Amino acid sequence: MSTTSLPTLTAKDLASDQEVRWCPGCGDYSILAQMKKALAGLGIPREQFVFISGIGCSSRFPYYMNTYGFHSIHGRAPTLATGLKIARPDLHVWVITGDGDGLSIGGNHFIHAIRRNLDIKIILFNNEIYGLTKGQYSPTSRLGTRTKSSPMGSFELPLRPISIAIGAEATFVARTVDTDIAHLCDTLQRAARHKGAAVVEVYQNCNIFNDGVWDYMKDKSVKADNVLYLEHGKPMIFGKDKNKGIRLNGKLEPEVVTLGPGVAQDDLLTHDEKAEEPTLAYLLSRFVHDPNAETPFPEPVGVFRAVQRPTYDQQLNDQVEQVIKTKGAGKMEELFQSDDIWIVPEETAQS
Amino acid sequence: MSTTAPVPISNSTNGHNGRAVQERQSVVIRFAGDSGDGMQLAGTQFTNASAIFGNDISTLPDFPAEIRAPAGTLAGVSGYQINFSSQDIHTPGDQVNTLVVMNPAALKTNLKDLESGGILIVNSDSFGTSDLHKAGYEKSPLDDGSLKGYRMIKVPITSLNRKAVADLKLSTREADRCKNFFALGLVYWLYERPTEPTLRWIKDKFKKNPAVQEANVRALKAGYNFGDTIEALPVQYRVPKAKIKPGKYRKVTGNEALSLGLVAASLLANKPLVYCSYPITPASDILHQLADMKRFGVRTFQAEDEIAAMGAAIGASFGGTLGVTGTSGPGVCLKSEAIGLAVMTEIPVVIVDVQRGGPSTGLPTKTEQADLLQAMFGRNGECPVAIIAASTPADCYRMAIEAVRLAVRFMTPVFLLTDGYLANGSEPWDISGLDQQEAIPITHPSKPNQDGQFMPYLRDERLVRPWAIPGTPGLEHRVGGIEKQDVTGNVNYEPENHQHMVNIRAQKIANIANEIPELEVAGPSEGDVLVCGWGGTYGSLATAVEEARAQGHKVAHAHFRYLNPFPRNTADVLKRYKKILVPELNGGQLCWLLRAKFLVNAHSLSKVQGKPFLVSEIVSEINDLLSQ
Ligand code: SF4
Repeated sequence: MSTTSLPTLTAKDLASDQEVRWCPGCGDYSILAQMKKALAGLGIPREQFVFISGIGCSSRFPYYMNTYGFHSIHGRAPTLATGLKIARPDLHVWVITGDGDGLSIGGNHFIHAIRRNLDIKIILFNNEIYGLTKGQYSPTSRLGTRTKSSPMGSFELPLRPISIAIGAEATFVARTVDTDIAHLCDTLQRAARHKGAAVVEVYQNCNIFNDGVWDYMKDKSVKADNVLYLEHGKPMIFGKDKNKGIRLNGKLEPEVVTLGPGVAQDDLLTHDEKAEEPTLAYLLSRFVHDPNAETPFPEPVGVFRAVQRPTYDQQLNDQVEQVIKTKGAGKMEELFQSDDIWIVPEETAQS
Repeated sequence: MSTTAPVPISNSTNGHNGRAVQERQSVVIRFAGDSGDGMQLAGTQFTNASAIFGNDISTLPDFPAEIRAPAGTLAGVSGYQINFSSQDIHTPGDQVNTLVVMNPAALKTNLKDLESGGILIVNSDSFGTSDLHKAGYEKSPLDDGSLKGYRMIKVPITSLNRKAVADLKLSTREADRCKNFFALGLVYWLYERPTEPTLRWIKDKFKKNPAVQEANVRALKAGYNFGDTIEALPVQYRVPKAKIKPGKYRKVTGNEALSLGLVAASLLANKPLVYCSYPITPASDILHQLADMKRFGVRTFQAEDEIAAMGAAIGASFGGTLGVTGTSGPGVCLKSEAIGLAVMTEIPVVIVDVQRGGPSTGLPTKTEQADLLQAMFGRNGECPVAIIAASTPADCYRMAIEAVRLAVRFMTPVFLLTDGYLANGSEPWDISGLDQQEAIPITHPSKPNQDGQFMPYLRDERLVRPWAIPGTPGLEHRVGGIEKQDVTGNVNYEPENHQHMVNIRAQKIANIANEIPELEVAGPSEGDVLVCGWGGTYGSLATAVEEARAQGHKVAHAHFRYLNPFPRNTADVLKRYKKILVPELNGGQLCWLLRAKFLVNAHSLSKVQGKPFLVSEIVSEINDLLSQ
């Protein structure tokens, strides 16, 4: 299916002729732009990409990409992606979802697509709100979030998408932020190159219904203290002065420490995205910004986990190929074979 | 022509051991026992032996919803009924001629179906006080005279069987497991069945366990010889070979035939089958069978839920393979929204609904045909799909191919309705010539279709849109559940466009009527009563109408295999009869559709007991209607 001259696509080649209809200022624009940029750099012809979405603001995404696309129904994008990858393991399939679509109505499919390690890329736009239905709290909304459906504040404990993905045995999990465009583009490319289910949580601002919810991750004055950039093999250091780090205490609990007397760089946790056990990745997924804490944890961005495991679509198709190789492809006339076949000959019929 | 009572068709002759042999046209046998007693196996073996012997057969397995209800209780009774005949038969029979019961619970739940004077074989070893109590008997019915209207044969099956296998050093439990074969052997003797097919089966099945293999062989033979020896059985019965159409036959259940049909369709279309399903009774066997057919290029996906199975089927078809999902009524409820998506995106996909008793969880192991209106209307919006239904177990093969053919030809979801009775029931299937079938042509566009651009909703003269698949350069396009602009497929909310698209989707389904066979009528082409049915009631209706005609009535039978759209001559056929009777295993759903669509005064005969119609129920309704 590859073309003779490998396409050098530009981001523009990947734009469809459809008018983009997100609210002006929405974080989705940036994700769309970086996606086009990221894919253009992969050297894959655009007809081999399929974008599948559910329902929600983010799920309009496929209409704006000049690739194959399927805007499906609420929460079910991973199911279509599963069927498509079973049928066509050759395609590059991306699922675009949001916190409501992917974690509420579609939570079951989200988990199982990841568990099976289906070779798809799931991009979860997390804006902690239902945008398209005009502003109800979502499964990732923080405690106390006041919305039309929670006028006195939400009292439901929010889900952490990355923790769920790790719990579902994800082989690739990453997080990035809509406005951090270089990091976003990079992360999307890394996801694209991962063979297996890749989950990328993008902190996305909904400037209409939940504006500023990620400001602590973006605002130049505080960002450095609140963001931990994960880099494989590097110690976990952050802060304006690059003097804060993450250490594991004796009770297997992470703590924020300041480098200096008594705390050396060697005492800090080193990021290992390739660790077989997802313990570290899970630990990192629990870091939540708490402005009231004495020493607040930074929230990690980057690749939490990237390991290899056979993919579902590959194994399923391997089984088919293997049995055909050993037993030969089934033919029509073999279809009707059975242990007990009997013949009613002409003469008996006439007797 | 079928009768269900055993009519002697010749005088007695002398048989083996000087015993009299009587010929019968048809016999109905039912094996009943605890679900752990192996009754399904005994029934299947008897069926195979009879089919190989050359009888026509029709079967009705009946098992409890619980996998292991407490042993000996009424809830745990499992049964298997076989009608075998020297004639062409269509039903498992109204009344049982010979009932084999392995315990009191089986006696209690099955006796009402045994004809008066019928043969009742009981395992007298299992009528102890506690067995009787579990079945709710105060005292033993074997001794209180309540069974004197039957020809009862008390056989201590458990102890005789233990003796037969005594020196094989099996545990009592293992020994008792063979007692179904003892009972089977006895019935084989009674009806002169060949034992070889079952002996062959035992040898193959237990080849890894010689002791168990030998025990089952001995049990079968001991049962057979017991029949030959005891005085309690003064006659043997002979059901001669049926005059079956020459051909090459095998036995097939509806679920088997349906699986094979799907695979055949995939070979005929030269496209891999992707079967996506979530376990559900009574459809799971299709998933099992297809999972074992990878050699034919079949991909099976056991989904995390019913919705995922539907979504995956759509995804598979979007990718250019044959996406099929299989389920039962409760699963269809969950799939509804995604079926609507396939209607909107005009993606070919087949939804198999093996109907069972409803609503809700209902009667999972019992048959019913109450999902017709669900298939017809059970989605939001104006959401037409094609609906077809199989009428016999073997017909599931043909209709599975038909479902795929219509789906890809019209780019539409197609419902294929079967039911629990068809799924598990079996009949002989003539397989000669099946390897020569018409191919299912499929084309995918490779070039833009309008002024150098690709228009995903540009339609042909039948209103069908092109099936362009991902990976094709230049045809990149987006589909989705939001209303489409015709031709371009772009999102469009304009009032006129929506009206246009709703009309187009309806007309496209209506156009299917141009390409399906006309409604066939069995019997006079005009007359007093037309009996209309659909699905698994075919056998009962056909038999009943034949009987009514034999009584001199002008009655005909039309069985719908195409339910949406209806065959193009339907209105014309309905007009030609004074009265229309619609027997259905539901509250009158086809009747409702016929009345609504054709403005005819159709009468409904409704039955919802989890069981097929008895022929007599339909005959008496025909007579009632004629006398009105
Ligand atoms: S509602 Fe919020 S998420 Fe939706 S498009 Fe507008 S800004 Fe973006």
